[in-house]
Amino acid sequence: MNLRLIKRNIPFMATAIVCLLLYLAAGFQYPGFSSLRVFINFFSDNAVLGIAAIGMTFVILSGGIDLSVGGVVGLISVVMALGIEKSHVPALAVIPLVLLLGLGFGAAMGCLIHFYAMPAFLVTLAGMFLARGLAFVLKLEAIPITRDLEPLVSKASVPLGEVLEIPATALVFLITLAMAIAVAHFTRFGRNIYALGGNEQSAILMGLPVARTRIGVYALSGLCSALAGVVYAFYTFSGNPNAATGLELDAIAAVVIGGTVLSGGVGYLAGTLLGVLIFGIIQTAITFQGTLSSWWTRIVIGLLLLFFILLQKLLQAKKFKPLNMHTTRHETLS
Amino acid sequence: MSFQDFSQMRPHLTPLTECFKTQPMLNVRRFLATPTWTKLQWPLAALGLVLLFNFLFTPGFFHLEMKDGRLYGSLVDILNRAAPVMLLALGMTLVIATGGVDLSVGAVMAISGSIGALLVAKAGYPVATVISISLGASLLAGLWNGFLVGFLKVPPIVATLILMVSGRGIAQLLTGGQIITFESKALEFVGRGTFLGLPFTITLTMGVFLLLTLFQEKTAAGLFIQATGDNETASHYSGVNTRLVKFLVYAFCSLCAGLAGLIVTTDIKAADANNAGLWLELDAILAAVIGGTALQGGRFYLAGSLVGALLLQTLTTTILTRGVAVEFTLVVKAVLIITVCLLQSETFRGSIYRRSQV
Repeated sequence: MNLRLIKRNIPFMATAIVCLLLYLAAGFQYPGFSSLRVFINFFSDNAVLGIAAIGMTFVILSGGIDLSVGGVVGLISVVMALGIEKSHVPALAVIPLVLLLGLGFGAAMGCLIHFYAMPAFLVTLAGMFLARGLAFVLKLEAIPITRDLEPLVSKASVPLGEVLEIPATALVFLITLAMAIAVAHFTRFGRNIYALGGNEQSAILMGLPVARTRIGVYALSGLCSALAGVVYAFYTFSGNPNAATGLELDAIAAVVIGGTVLSGGVGYLAGTLLGVLIFGIIQTAITFQGTLSSWWTRIVIGLLLLFFILLQKLLQAKKFKPLNMHTTRHETLS
Repeated sequence: MSFQDFSQMRPHLTPLTECFKTQPMLNVRRFLATPTWTKLQWPLAALGLVLLFNFLFTPGFFHLEMKDGRLYGSLVDILNRAAPVMLLALGMTLVIATGGVDLSVGAVMAISGSIGALLVAKAGYPVATVISISLGASLLAGLWNGFLVGFLKVPPIVATLILMVSGRGIAQLLTGGQIITFESKALEFVGRGTFLGLPFTITLTMGVFLLLTLFQEKTAAGLFIQATGDNETASHYSGVNTRLVKFLVYAFCSLCAGLAGLIVTTDIKAADANNAGLWLELDAILAAVIGGTALQGGRFYLAGSLVGALLLQTLTTTILTRGVAVEFTLVVKAVLIITVCLLQSETFRGSIYRRSQV
């Protein structure tokens, strides 16, 4: 990642500064906020959102959008719970299967979007209804997972000194993030995504595999959502058809706050991490404060969203002078 | 360029009133050739199919009876229950026609309902004041969306996402996270009243629809909206104030949402900031798309959106009365969206056509 102070990086820098300021302010205000335990909890409590937001970052970088994220998390958690509880399949066998299911679900949406030129917004909306509906058809209420999963989760966590440990959920989040950064910046697929989001016409003319890239992006997002579903099951030891309602919008908000431009082509996964951390910091600070209603989280997130969008607009406005009636074509070109 | 020339160049912009011009009676052939009809026939056919299914297999579906001066029956119930989504769909159609989308309508419904319930339950204001303050608040929300989209040129999905995320939070703060119940005969009339033997919501929705249609046919507003959605730069150069058009369209959409919020709240005599209007923005978008309004903008069919909303509600009611589990509703909706999108996709139609040629 190139961190010179060029215009493209300003939204990312701003996010980093806001994140740091929020953390420091909360740390000074509430004793105990800046402890390592709270810091680790940012990752484990927001692992579902974080992993979903990673998938969403790829989709938005490619110039699309994926609204099916929350529905897929619900569906996968239910399928996993039913597989372990009802069919008595070992957890280690269920996890690859549900990940494959998510991958296929995303790829199917990608095919519809690419081959039939259908709006991503509508196709993934249908995907959301379908996934959520199937989850409800399978089971109407939460299913506790009592077998098999608990030893797996406790074995997967990394002890850190005497009392602290990095829980499995946080670990999955961090590994996914590292892999996603590798995919985005060090593979051909990642560069194709940036190219596709930057300008589809140019990508086609350059001979990039647009079909493979676009379908791959939605498949990747489906995979991330499925992984988020697995992490949800890890975190709550249950499958719930109501899980992660509205997660897609939180994920989009985290991605946009992280400095990724919604029209595609510009953004970093590290920014998404910061966006998710900002979510976590605000939520934890409100818990520490104690008297504020948790609804303030939504309002503060809304305000932050507004701030970053206006910042992006401000930067863009200086870059591209809008055409108006008084400038001739010659003037604008020169 | 006269209007006649224009409508020849762009037949899909021919207003319905043109069909009446040549002779006093409705020129049927000309009407059948208008895009209003060609676009309407598919959703109408789908609605007809669902109704036919019910006619054959659901006993008592078409049964209507008069009780205490009000008509009761499944059909009336469908119209009554579809009213909020129909109102939302009308506003949403105009927004989509300008090439945008408004995700905040559900949150605006929650805000308007909460304000209405609070003012009646806590402050005891007269009904007219309550309704105007509620609608005023939703209008304000819409002006905010319109300002962001029209003047600051923020992408519509993001601009309205802000209010969608924080709007429900604002409603929760207003109600203190509680469900506010109230008793007010006059305010309840909005959601539960009877007018001319039918639920008042139907009259309200039809009133908004007729007003909009009149506005569209008698003024150039409809043309401006379609032009803005079709090609914003070109419209700007031809002197259409595209910023103002967008600004006003979002304001109107939120106003519709506020009205829908009042209906939902007064129907159950309680404001539930958590659940009022939840996911209805998606139903409204779906209704508009089923009705033939393309998400890319540039075309809109108000009647189509109404039929789309009715189709959604008829499906839901059918599922309920057939005793099928409610959870299948979402699956049915998903299949419906994909089918409609496939039918609208040029590539898909092309592939079907080519196959039938071979």
